[in-house]
Amino acid sequence: MKTPLYDFHVEHGGKMVPFAGWAMPIQYKDSLVEATLHCRSNGSLFDVSHMCGLTLKGKDAVKFLEGLVVGDIKGIKDGQGSLSVFTNEQGGIIDDTVITKVSPTEVYLVVNAGCREKDLAHIGKHLEKFTADGGDVAMDVHDDRSLLALQGPAAAETLGPLMDLDLSNFFFSHFAKLDIAGIPCYLTRTGYTGEDGFEISVPGERAVELAKKLLESPRVRLCGLGARDSLRLEAGLCLYGNDLNESITPVEAGLTWTIGKNRREACDFLGGEVIKKQLAEGVSTRRVGLVSTGAPARAHSDITTPEGEKVGEVSSGAFSPCLKKNVAMGYVNKSHGKAGTQLKVVVRGKANDATVTKMPFVPNTYFKTAIAAS
Amino acid sequence: MALRKLASQFACTTGLRVGISPALQACRESIWRSFATVSEDRKYAASHEWAKVDGDIATIGISDFAQAELGDIVYVEMPEVGSQMESGAVFGVVESVKAASDVYSPVSGEVVEFNEKLVEEPGSVNKDPFGEGWMVKLRLSDPSQVDSLMDAKAYEQKCASDDH
Repeated sequence: MKTPLYDFHVEHGGKMVPFAGWAMPIQYKDSLVEATLHCRSNGSLFDVSHMCGLTLKGKDAVKFLEGLVVGDIKGIKDGQGSLSVFTNEQGGIIDDTVITKVSPTEVYLVVNAGCREKDLAHIGKHLEKFTADGGDVAMDVHDDRSLLALQGPAAAETLGPLMDLDLSNFFFSHFAKLDIAGIPCYLTRTGYTGEDGFEISVPGERAVELAKKLLESPRVRLCGLGARDSLRLEAGLCLYGNDLNESITPVEAGLTWTIGKNRREACDFLGGEVIKKQLAEGVSTRRVGLVSTGAPARAHSDITTPEGEKVGEVSSGAFSPCLKKNVAMGYVNKSHGKAGTQLKVVVRGKANDATVTKMPFVPNTYFKTAIAAS
Repeated sequence: MALRKLASQFACTTGLRVGISPALQACRESIWRSFATVSEDRKYAASHEWAKVDGDIATIGISDFAQAELGDIVYVEMPEVGSQMESGAVFGVVESVKAASDVYSPVSGEVVEFNEKLVEEPGSVNKDPFGEGWMVKLRLSDPSQVDSLMDAKAYEQKCASDDH
């Protein structure tokens, strides 16, 4: 499948590769290092239209969704959102998703392209039962819309003049439906880079028009999925399929913070019993950050003690363009998970020094209120 | 150099399901035609390594085409002095931000020197693949192997034809 921006990418030197059924730009003319650094120092525009946007509407939309995700959706203020996860009956993560509560009767979600079919089937199955029991909720998948991400310190100054919205009061995770450059959009102050930035859902037929408008800023460049992966790893953000999967629970993944505080007693979502037990008793493995020497440790590299005992496995790893060293995340036995612990990562038979390191590796620059940031 | 492996490893690393041929196709169209050069004074293997022979010593590195396709190189793994390299066998690994790629020896022989500078400055392979970015020097065990490698013109044609 092609996003409405396909020809635009090719015209701009995008190297198109198949990804989750879509032809997506992995890189443009900049090298991955240049593209990563540019996003952190200026601004980058990503086509993330392969991701699936959907809306749940109806007076029971929030109640329905809370049965499937761990977050306190009811407690989210209108026009704000949060990262959350869909769980299965074993408490494993079906997908991670950014959920926005547009109003008490409307919830907007973005889910991973690679999980689209199973997510829609999962939601659909539960929706059928929920509505058969009299619940009022309907799902609308936004196949008519594209999604652009504008990320980096130049994002706000680029977007500000194109719309009638005071960005100084529009904080991280805030949402608005409004016109941007005269185009009706959904705007969320969020992203996948650790930088301040926005995701903009735009009618597909006007996506190129909006992209061109945003690229008029001399500080903004197109950026592909390759640098997007470096950016999210530096920011300590999980990639579904690598760092998260259906046999990993949010507690093990270090995403306990996504479980609503007022939901931890009841744990009335799928897999709730498993997660409640883990919250009470702890877990045996957890996701940690690692900084290593030698060759970069990629996914599936073994993590061992200095004596060579295997204690875990890398789930994502790469050379960090910003830090100029190897960063990785992986799952280790909890007793080896404390920051500062000296371990080894094994790359092609060679054990390189690795230190458990707090994430994010590169500090995030989300635009938060003083209270929200604390 | 296992460029075909590159795309699949990138896929594995990032969770991106990168089809190999389309990825290389795109790379070739945008990079090969605009930047890559060949050096006339050496021979090439189809796997994108070069060998420059001086007496019974061959210097080995990767081509400009290969470095451009790999992107920013961040780590180079090379064999110890005294080890044997076999023609067609893996002797080292080049890691870019994208992925790890095996490097194959175009000829056989004993390693007499490796480029220590690459330990601290792996990016030399990008900046000067035919010069400062050399990887190893070996003493040829069978100098006739050099004859079976491609000259610059044949290699250039190979890269161009792989475009299509």
